[in-house]
Amino acid sequence: MTGTKQTYVGQSLPRLEDRPLLTGQGRFAADISFPGQWTMRVVRSGVAHGKILSIDVDAALALPGVHAVWTGADVAHIPPIPFRLTGLKTLEPYRQPVLAQDIVRYVGEPVAVVFAADAYVAEDAADLIDIAIEPLPAQVRATEPPGAFAEGLSTEPGVIRKGFGDIEAAFRDAHAVVSLELSVGRHSGVPMETRGAIGRYDEARDILEMHGAAKVPHWNRDTIAQMLGRERHSVQFFEGHVGGGFGIRGEIYPEDVLVCAAALTFRRPVKWIEDRREHLIAANHSRDQTHRIRAAIDAQGHILGIDNEFFHDNGAYIRTHAATVPDLAAAMLPGPYRVPAYRVAGHIRLTNKTPAGTYRAPGRYESTFVRERLLDAIAAEVGVDTVEIRRRNLIAKSAMPYTLGLETLGTHIVYDSGDYALLLDKTLAAAGWDELQTQLQARRAQGEKVGAGVAMFVEKSGLGPFDTVRVDILPDGGVDVITGVASIGQGIETVIAQICADALGVRYDTIRVIHGQTDRIDRGMGAFASRVTVMCGEATRMAANKLRDKALQHAAQLMQTGAESLDIVDGEVVRIGGGPSMPLRELARALPDGLSAEDTFESTHMVYPYGVHVAAVKVDAATGAVAIERYVIGYDIGKAVNPKLVEGQIAGGLAQGIGGAFLEEFLYDEAGEPLSVTFADYLMPTAREVPASTILITEDAPSPLNTLGLKGAGEGGANPAGAALAAAIDDALQRPGAVTRLPVTPMRLKAMTSG
Amino acid sequence: MKPAAFIRHVPKTLDEALKVLSDVAPDDGRVLAGGQSLVPIMAFRLAKPAHLVDINEVEGLQHIACDGKTLSIGARVRHAAFHKPVVDGPLGALLSYVARHIAHYPIRMRGTFCGSLAHADPSSEWCLVSATLGATMVVKSTRGERRIAAADFFEGIMSTALAEDELLAEVRLPLLAADTKFGFYEFSRRAGDFAMASSLVTYRLAGGKIADARVGVGGAEPSPRRIAEAEAALNGNAPGEDHFRAAAAAAADAVEPLEDHQTTGEYRRDLVRAVVHRALEHSI
Repeated sequence: MTGTKQTYVGQSLPRLEDRPLLTGQGRFAADISFPGQWTMRVVRSGVAHGKILSIDVDAALALPGVHAVWTGADVAHIPPIPFRLTGLKTLEPYRQPVLAQDIVRYVGEPVAVVFAADAYVAEDAADLIDIAIEPLPAQVRATEPPGAFAEGLSTEPGVIRKGFGDIEAAFRDAHAVVSLELSVGRHSGVPMETRGAIGRYDEARDILEMHGAAKVPHWNRDTIAQMLGRERHSVQFFEGHVGGGFGIRGEIYPEDVLVCAAALTFRRPVKWIEDRREHLIAANHSRDQTHRIRAAIDAQGHILGIDNEFFHDNGAYIRTHAATVPDLAAAMLPGPYRVPAYRVAGHIRLTNKTPAGTYRAPGRYESTFVRERLLDAIAAEVGVDTVEIRRRNLIAKSAMPYTLGLETLGTHIVYDSGDYALLLDKTLAAAGWDELQTQLQARRAQGEKVGAGVAMFVEKSGLGPFDTVRVDILPDGGVDVITGVASIGQGIETVIAQICADALGVRYDTIRVIHGQTDRIDRGMGAFASRVTVMCGEATRMAANKLRDKALQHAAQLMQTGAESLDIVDGEVVRIGGGPSMPLRELARALPDGLSAEDTFESTHMVYPYGVHVAAVKVDAATGAVAIERYVIGYDIGKAVNPKLVEGQIAGGLAQGIGGAFLEEFLYDEAGEPLSVTFADYLMPTAREVPASTILITEDAPSPLNTLGLKGAGEGGANPAGAALAAAIDDALQRPGAVTRLPVTPMRLKAMTSG
Repeated sequence: MKPAAFIRHVPKTLDEALKVLSDVAPDDGRVLAGGQSLVPIMAFRLAKPAHLVDINEVEGLQHIACDGKTLSIGARVRHAAFHKPVVDGPLGALLSYVARHIAHYPIRMRGTFCGSLAHADPSSEWCLVSATLGATMVVKSTRGERRIAAADFFEGIMSTALAEDELLAEVRLPLLAADTKFGFYEFSRRAGDFAMASSLVTYRLAGGKIADARVGVGGAEPSPRRIAEAEAALNGNAPGEDHFRAAAAAAADAVEPLEDHQTTGEYRRDLVRAVVHRALEHSI
């Protein structure tokens, strides 16, 4: 019997979570309603920077169906929203109040909220609120000298400084220095489901509930409790289905605090569902970074040192991510290359734009673009091709684990494993690189503007410090895996079930993975930083193993044999070699305390997947349009639990990477007026703009830091897309270094071809 | 993004529709056909009509009729009706080809030909077709009926010669001679987006030379229009790269391009050159 035991990890099994989603039974934030609920509508500043002179709410309050209006004065006692990650002390005065207090600092900033009977009346009332604002000069460029955020506070609240090696010596001894100025535009995650929050107070139990939670429910629970002066167990967060996270969804925003505060004040359920226009001006923006970078190189193009100064446009306030994005950009820039000396100065700058936060591959989409542009420029300087320059500089497999000498997210960066040159070879082979070069040359000779580019990167994943999992055998034979992580749609129910099924010896489709419910488990780290499969996966394996041992010990007594002669197969305790068996459910029923086990995986180091993107494009010289003709991705994630889901992660990330490379950009005018407030102006790629891609998942470098060798897979599809496409455009134009800015819009590209 | 309150009227006959439109027009009444532009504008509260005269149940507006000289298109005819040619010959083929470039499939299932003209977005494919081919608008109100030539109908960005109580009841397109050649090309940043520039060309060949050339340009100026300078560069010349290039250059020179925060006039002019050239290339 033991020979027939199925292995689930490594199989592309169907997603367990799809049935309700495909049959219309999903429970997204907007699907959740409670009897007697009020609708909240946010009234937002229409001015980028100004002093609030007056707010007239009388006409709104007079409208039938309007229950209440709050302005800044009503919530002045609620502290500003604290930091979740990378919270430098110097940033604290720049936190966002839940409603503007006297000064507005971006178009879209919440100034007042209306509570009304329904969304229509609420919007009617919002239109009637008259806010008088005296405009102040708007800061719209992070590269300009800092101004004043408030009395005595500069709009540069901090500079991230890191480095290693002797940077002065590197430049002094350099054969040549390559300098570039490069920038990535302002874009962000735009999930299909906008944000939403429903606050509800249960007076009988004195419990404040928030529904519509996502990403980090436990941290948010604790934070809201703290902000509203409640004991944390008297606040519970409930995560339903989440229609996309991408870093931006699920952080604490003003609206989350407001629905909770209102539910407590009015003793009524209060529902807020963000509309799309709001989303594009209110939810976190991201990227928007300009780098001035220099590399010192020797005659063969080996990097001797990199000096990286950049300006991070963080928008109007510092939200929950604090310095996370610029810190990651600073720390991850060296990537897969040997850099003997490195110095970075990352200027965190505030502007009168929507505040920024993390977005899939935060800081790395930017720094990979910059680093890979730099490698291409070094190749041009030395006169070798762009693949050769990378081979010359890659960190060797023999150097693993590789201590970079930098810290980020409270961890030392140590690349745990990797064979970068091998993946480059495999990906180029999958792309048919040599033949492609021949074809492209022939087509260019015919006048076509076609070209190909390569970009490489190291990702980070599996951020600790811990995850806890409890596994319960249920009386019906099902298995519950209770975790403190969250599902933002990425397929964790399936992946965690696969890991648990192997460890425990049950069918994966008998497992239910419970996540995002603070009343089911007391602590949890949530879903971000490509951490769930690594951290929760290992915790699940540990807890399931513990449970298996426990089950076999108990079963051995009941079955009057030794535990070592028993196994668990398909949910039955069986004798190795045959004989009577016992279903786990009977065992669970037989035990007075049931059958369950809990374990915690702790980790102080992240794990580092790595990848290669190859893009081939055709530039339409007459219009400046770009068509992607071939796209190949190689990604080594150590161990793919469910390869199909990994492919999905990569393909989705690529679509977002393409969006940032060609289409998506939050533009502002000189007065700080946002110009991209609808889907007619903020262009997301559609199926027509995203090409079929070839995805090569490799497992050549399992992580030594967890048992299965797992690394996270969430961000490698997006990370280098801008870099690879920029390189391909350069090649098509036969002008190295042509692309210095993303997104490459047709108009900007047309200007390049004409110039 | 919830619209302001409005009253929806659902007339069943044309007379009834014109009557109610006449009644509510002074009180900010608007005609609702497919709603693919009006409804989003209302959701953004950029328009807050107090009344909507929903013509979707009005009898007698759903016709596509051909009398041998003109094709008549009623106010309820959807874009999708043109996916397959509605008449034999080049006009049916032209409309079928152009229709596939309008937005996306779900929008084509609902939006209407006449609604698109009444909305008068500069980028509208049907506005370009009507301006290039010389459509006649049949406009009705309780005051009677009048006919407006396409050249007089479009007055600017989302602005037409329609009075507020008038319904664009029907559009008439002249049939094209059987030997008419046509070409169409539009450029947008994504498939299905509003064209940043578009061009429709038609001509016949007489002894191997271009005759009766019509070169329309859309999306580039406040209203689509024929470009006489480009037509002159074609008429009397054999179709081919040199004259196509000359016509495209003439069109680019002739337009006064729209500018917006993402598009300079210079770039729009480049696009006009490209789309006219490609429409001409498509014509062979």
